[in-house]
Amino acid sequence: MAELTMIQAICDGLATALRQDKRVVVLGEDVGKNGGVFRATEGLWQEFGDERVIDTPLAEASIVGAAIGMAINGMRPVAEIQFMGFIYPAFEQIVSHAARLRTRTQGQYSASIVVRAPYGGGIRAPELHSDSTESLFVHIPGLKVVVPSTPADAKGMLLAAIRDPDPVIYLEPMKLYRSTRQQVRQEAYVIPLGQARQVREGEALTVLAWGAMVPLVEQAAERWAQRGVSWDVLDLRSLYPLDEEAILSSVRKTGRVLIVHEAPKTGGLGAELTALINEHAFLWLEAPITRVTGYDVPVPMFALEDDFRPNQERIDRAVEKVLAF
Amino acid sequence: MLQQSDQAVQFLQPDGSLSDQGRPVWESLSSEMKRKFYEGMVLARTMDRRSVILQRQGQIGTYAPLEGQEAAQVGSALALAKEDWIFPSYRDHGAAMIAGMPLDRILFYWMGRVEGNIAPKGVRILPPCVPIATQLPQAVGTAWAAKWRGESSVAVAYFGDGATSEGDFHEALNFAGVFRLPCIFFCQNNHYAISVPFSRQSATATVAEKARAYNLPGVRVDGNDVVAVYDVMRKALNRARRGEGATLIEAVTYRKGSHTTADDAKRYRNRDEVKEWERRDPLQRLEKRFLIDGTLTRGQVETCHRRCREEVDKAWKKASQAKKAPPTHLFAHVYQSLPAELKRQRAQVEGEAHG
Ligand SMILES: Cc1ncc(C[n+]2csc(CCOP(=O)(O)OP(=O)(O)O)c2C)c(N)n1
Repeated sequence: MAELTMIQAICDGLATALRQDKRVVVLGEDVGKNGGVFRATEGLWQEFGDERVIDTPLAEASIVGAAIGMAINGMRPVAEIQFMGFIYPAFEQIVSHAARLRTRTQGQYSASIVVRAPYGGGIRAPELHSDSTESLFVHIPGLKVVVPSTPADAKGMLLAAIRDPDPVIYLEPMKLYRSTRQQVRQEAYVIPLGQARQVREGEALTVLAWGAMVPLVEQAAERWAQRGVSWDVLDLRSLYPLDEEAILSSVRKTGRVLIVHEAPKTGGLGAELTALINEHAFLWLEAPITRVTGYDVPVPMFALEDDFRPNQERIDRAVEKVLAF
Repeated sequence: MLQQSDQAVQFLQPDGSLSDQGRPVWESLSSEMKRKFYEGMVLARTMDRRSVILQRQGQIGTYAPLEGQEAAQVGSALALAKEDWIFPSYRDHGAAMIAGMPLDRILFYWMGRVEGNIAPKGVRILPPCVPIATQLPQAVGTAWAAKWRGESSVAVAYFGDGATSEGDFHEALNFAGVFRLPCIFFCQNNHYAISVPFSRQSATATVAEKARAYNLPGVRVDGNDVVAVYDVMRKALNRARRGEGATLIEAVTYRKGSHTTADDAKRYRNRDEVKEWERRDPLQRLEKRFLIDGTLTRGQVETCHRRCREEVDKAWKKASQAKKAPPTHLFAHVYQSLPAELKRQRAQVEGEAHG
């Protein structure tokens, strides 16, 4: 066991996969000699060489397209997109090919790739670096979309994603890269995709969150617990497929739901979660499901970032509303 | 005439002497123009160094330094006419300031304020483009509109060597070639896209030769030679204005510092290389020239540096004292008129702001 930050845990996960499985390669911009702009691939190029840790030209469509091609021919590529805001040149490859290769070839081929991308705000990054467009990918049938929020999850989920036979979009909340350390097991271990993590148990309210919103919600839950109001907090981890059982059983227990995400509200994953709960647990609800989200505006440059992202005040106000209904 | 040239055009050599080709060009320039080269480069460098310090002090966010690339940016921008369009990337504020972007707005940009994206009325500079190479097809479209409207304006896209790997680069050059558009693709080949050297970016030895595939002239120029850059740019602009179409210019240069203040270039560049490029510094080269032919005295050089420092001080004072926009500013200009849901969200923010 070692105390690792999330970024170190990701690096450790990649090293573990590269050691374990000859079919694994890592490719992307600056992942080699430089060790990645966030140091997610630190030391890998030195250990595994240029053929398995590949600095590519600056071309996202080719990074992901080539990864798909490698997967067709038996490899297990992990492609790094430097920031989620730069994934769009590769969108075509992801949407038109990775997501439907299995269907189109009726199982003959599959795009067993992982596309890693840092995402989300909170670190005063330049324009376009802080978007949360996870729901674009959640909307595409054929993809899995996952987001860890702790170092230990980051490693276990990454190893699960690499072993997964389907394409996995693995999103990394930049805000959490170095915010905490946690004991992370040295060996290879897997956190199965599709399972939410119960962060806290409570009776009064179910709160659903993922990525950088999880610690924010934990803090709020702690404050409310001191006032005698306990929350069930779920870190979804897997945005597609959703852990329906965990979500619904919590809702059936508490009857009240708050969803917190940093992506804009309209068409965000919160809307899908609301529909899911309506379809399967409507009769247990005691208040309208409430969302605290980013606004429907382009993610601002960082001077206004704090005004855009959900914060403690906005969460408190929403919780008061949900509980008082 | 602009000819395909794989050999970099160089007029002003690192020791301040002129090449045979360069002498007549230098002699044809007014001393006012020569001074503008110098003042522009000193201003760009002063502003750049101050910005790095401001970032270290936590006053501005992550910053992309341009030191080393002053000649490429200043020389090319000085050749532009007021009606020309500029599509810059995040490292091109040296070009932008020459083309009329006020310094305080440039600082605003790095302070994470959207006001930094807006050029004064009549100055045709688009916001710095962050997603690599995406501004190139746009420059093509603007050039196309200019052609259609019968304007004499030219659209110039600034980008780095890394950008030449993206599909957008190839698509833009192809359009420009097919439709013969008044567009200039100005590549600053500073040898690295973050850590990736040009040899890993491209299997060709130069950027300029890629133009052939699109039937455009591709010109390689010493990007640390302000005189050559200015001259090559002027010719390309004239060519575009005559209706002869686009040009790809490869200004061969070097960024002296790291990619951004969040990067550490020591991880991927060796000291000898950095030192070699220090020797080719664009500003020192012009200073040496001036000392040889007396365009500027030492006193004038010092005055120039002092004035630039004052100008940057003034801009920082203005930018740092400007009031922060209120949270409701998030909703300004998203749409011309706000949809109902957005009005609700705005009202919510207003309510919160008032307690
Ligand atoms: C589409 C896209 N992918 C990745 C990035 C991240 N990134 C920012 S700058 C950069 C390197 C750009 O190099 P180059 O085009 O040579 O320009 P330079 O920074 O050297 O001026 C990268 C990879 C980005 N901004 N856009």
